[in-house]
Amino acid sequence: MTVLAWTFTLVAASFALYIGIAIWSRAHSTSEFYVAGKGVHPVANGMATAADWMSAASFISMAGLISFLGYDGSVYLMGWTGGYVLLALLLAPYLRKFGAYTVPDFVGDRYYSQTARVVAVVCAIFVSFTYVAGQMRGVGIVFSRFLEVPVELGVLIGMGIVFSYAVLGGMKGITYTQVAQYCVLIFAYTVPAIFLSLLIAGTPIPQLGFGGADAETGAFLLDRLNGLHEELGFAPYTAGTKSTVDVFAITAALMVGTAGLPHVIIRFYTVPKVRDARVSAGWALVFIALLYTAAPAVAVFARTNLLSTVSDRPYADVPEWFTKWEGTGLIAFEDLNGDGTIQYVGPDATDAAGRPVRNELTIDRDIMVLANPEIARLPNWVVGLVAAGGLAAALSTAAGLLLVVSTAVSHDLLKRSLRSSITERGELLAARISAAIAVLIAGYLGIDPPGFVAEVVAFAFGLAASSFFPVIILGVFSKRLNREGAVAGMISGISLTASYIVYFKFVNPGANTAEHWWFGISPEGIGSVGMLLNFAVAIVVARLTPPPPERIGVLVESMRIPRGAGEAHEIEA
Amino acid sequence: MIRPPVTDRTPREYWRRNVRYVGALLFVWFMVSYGAGILFAERLNEIRIPGTGFPLGFWVAQQGSIYVFVVLIFAYVFLMNRLDREFSVDETDTDAGSGPRGAA
Repeated sequence: MTVLAWTFTLVAASFALYIGIAIWSRAHSTSEFYVAGKGVHPVANGMATAADWMSAASFISMAGLISFLGYDGSVYLMGWTGGYVLLALLLAPYLRKFGAYTVPDFVGDRYYSQTARVVAVVCAIFVSFTYVAGQMRGVGIVFSRFLEVPVELGVLIGMGIVFSYAVLGGMKGITYTQVAQYCVLIFAYTVPAIFLSLLIAGTPIPQLGFGGADAETGAFLLDRLNGLHEELGFAPYTAGTKSTVDVFAITAALMVGTAGLPHVIIRFYTVPKVRDARVSAGWALVFIALLYTAAPAVAVFARTNLLSTVSDRPYADVPEWFTKWEGTGLIAFEDLNGDGTIQYVGPDATDAAGRPVRNELTIDRDIMVLANPEIARLPNWVVGLVAAGGLAAALSTAAGLLLVVSTAVSHDLLKRSLRSSITERGELLAARISAAIAVLIAGYLGIDPPGFVAEVVAFAFGLAASSFFPVIILGVFSKRLNREGAVAGMISGISLTASYIVYFKFVNPGANTAEHWWFGISPEGIGSVGMLLNFAVAIVVARLTPPPPERIGVLVESMRIPRGAGEAHEIEA
Repeated sequence: MIRPPVTDRTPREYWRRNVRYVGALLFVWFMVSYGAGILFAERLNEIRIPGTGFPLGFWVAQQGSIYVFVVLIFAYVFLMNRLDREFSVDETDTDAGSGPRGAA
C-alpha cells in the first residue's frame, strides 16, 4: 500500500475507535461510572490527562524544534514536565478537595467575587484561544502533507474536523476517548523512534540510543553531530546559543504555565479521592515522560539523518520526501550560487578558502517529526501511523480546550455571572456558538501564526503562568489573600505578558532580538516575569485592603484536609 | 518502624508537616532542573557519563530531570498517604459527599 492509503486507513480506524468509545461511555456514564463517588481510576485519569495535555506541540513540533535548537530545546522538555511536580504538590489535591467545576468557579468562590470570576473567565478564554491556534497549525501541517495541498488549505480542513469532532462528537464522557487517544499517540511516537534507534544506534531503546555509538562509524552519535555542526557553521548541538537567563525564564514560564492550564486542572475533579488526585498527577507524568524522554532521541536521529541526506547533495537527485514537502511550501531551496547543489549551512559557515557560504535551504521545523520516517525510509505504514498519532494529539487537546472555552462562556460567564435565568437550551446554544467562534479565530491564527507550533503554544503557557498560577497557589497557601488582591494580580500579570508578546510578535517583530528584550528575556519566557508581577501585586494589594470574611478562612482550612472530599464528576459541557 | 511519639495531631501541625515535605521536594526539584540542568549545565558538560556520548549537563536537561520529576511526585504521594493516616485525615470509602460544598 502507498503512504496515502496507509494514512487514510489508519486515520479512519483511529477515528472510528474514538467515536465508538464516546458512544459507549455516553451510554454508561450516568448510571454506572459516576454514582456514589466512584469516578475515574487514577491510572486511567493519568492517561487521559496525558492525552489532553500532550498536543500537536509535543507530538509534531517539539522534537523538530529540539533537533534545530539542540541543548536550547531542553526548555520544552524540562518546562513541560517539571510543571507536573508543581501541579501534584501545590494544586491538584486542594482543588480536588475544593470540588469546583472549573477554574473560574474556584477563583469566584475562593475570592467571593463575581468580578474575580469574570476576570478568570476572560483569562481562561484568552489562554485557550492561543493554545487552540497552535493545534490548528499542527493539524493543518498533517493534512497539507498527506493530502498534498498547501498548508492554508490544510488548516481549513483541520478546522472543519476539529469543529465537528468537538461539537458533535463526545463532549460528554471524553475521559475514555482520551485514554484511547493516548494509546494511539504513544504507539505512533515510539514505533518510529524504536526503528530509528535500531537503524542508527543499533539499540531498540531510543533513550539510550542517542547517547550511544553510531552503527556505521563507531563514534558517539552526539560527537559526530557536534562535528557536523561545526563543519557546517552551526552552534554545537549539546551546548546551544540561548542565554542562560532566557533558558531559565522560558523553562519557568512553561513549568508554571502547565500548573495553571485550565483544561489540565479540571481533570483532577474526575477522580474519587484527594489521594487519587495526587497519584493521578504522577501517572500523568509517567505517561508523558514516555514521549518526552524519546523526543530528544528522535531529535538527534532526525538531525543526523537530515544533515547526511540533504547537505551538499545535487538538487536534481533529492529524495521523494523532499519534493513532496516542497509542495506544501514548508521546505524551500533557492540556488543562490547557481551550482545546483544544496548548501545547508549555519550562520558561521565558510568554504575551504575561508569565504562565507550562504544557506540555500529553508526547512519549517514543524515538519521534522512527520518527515522523519520518510527520511529514514521506514515502511509506509509507519509514515501513516505518525499522521494518525499527530491528529490524535492535536484533536484531544483541541477538544479539551474548546470545552474550556465553551463552558467558560456558557457556564461561568452567562449562567453564573450575567444571566442566571438562562435556560439549559440557551446555555447549550451559547456553548456551541462560542466553540464555533473559537475554531474560526484559532484557524485564522493557524494560517498566519506568529511562530512554530511549539512556540505559539509556549505563549499560551506564559499567559496561564502569569494569570492563574499565583492566585490559585495563594488561594490555598494564604488565608489573607482577598478578592482585591486576586483581581489586581491576575489583571496585571496577564496584561504585562500579553502586551510583551503582542509587541514583539505583531506590532514590531523587527525588534524581536535579545538587545531589545527586558533583561534578555524573550517573549516565550516573559510569562515568568508576569507571574512574579502577579504575585507581588496580589500580595501588596491584599495588604492594603480589608481581609477576606471569616468563612473564607474556614473554607481554606477545610481545603487543606483530605477527608470529606465531595463526589467525583465527569467533565461535561 | 519506630516513630517519635506524636503529641500534637492538630490540623495546624498536619499542615506544617505538609508544607515541610513540599518545601524539601521542591528544593530537589529546583536543584535538578534549574541548578544542574541550566545554571551549572555548562560546567557539568565537561563531565561525560561513562560509556556513553552524553555530556552530563545536557543529559540532565534532556533526560535525567524528567526521571527525577516522576520520582518526586511518587515520593510526595507516599509521604502524604503516611501523614494522612498518622493524623487520621485519610479518606474512607463512606465519607464521599460531605465536602465543604456538599455533594458538588
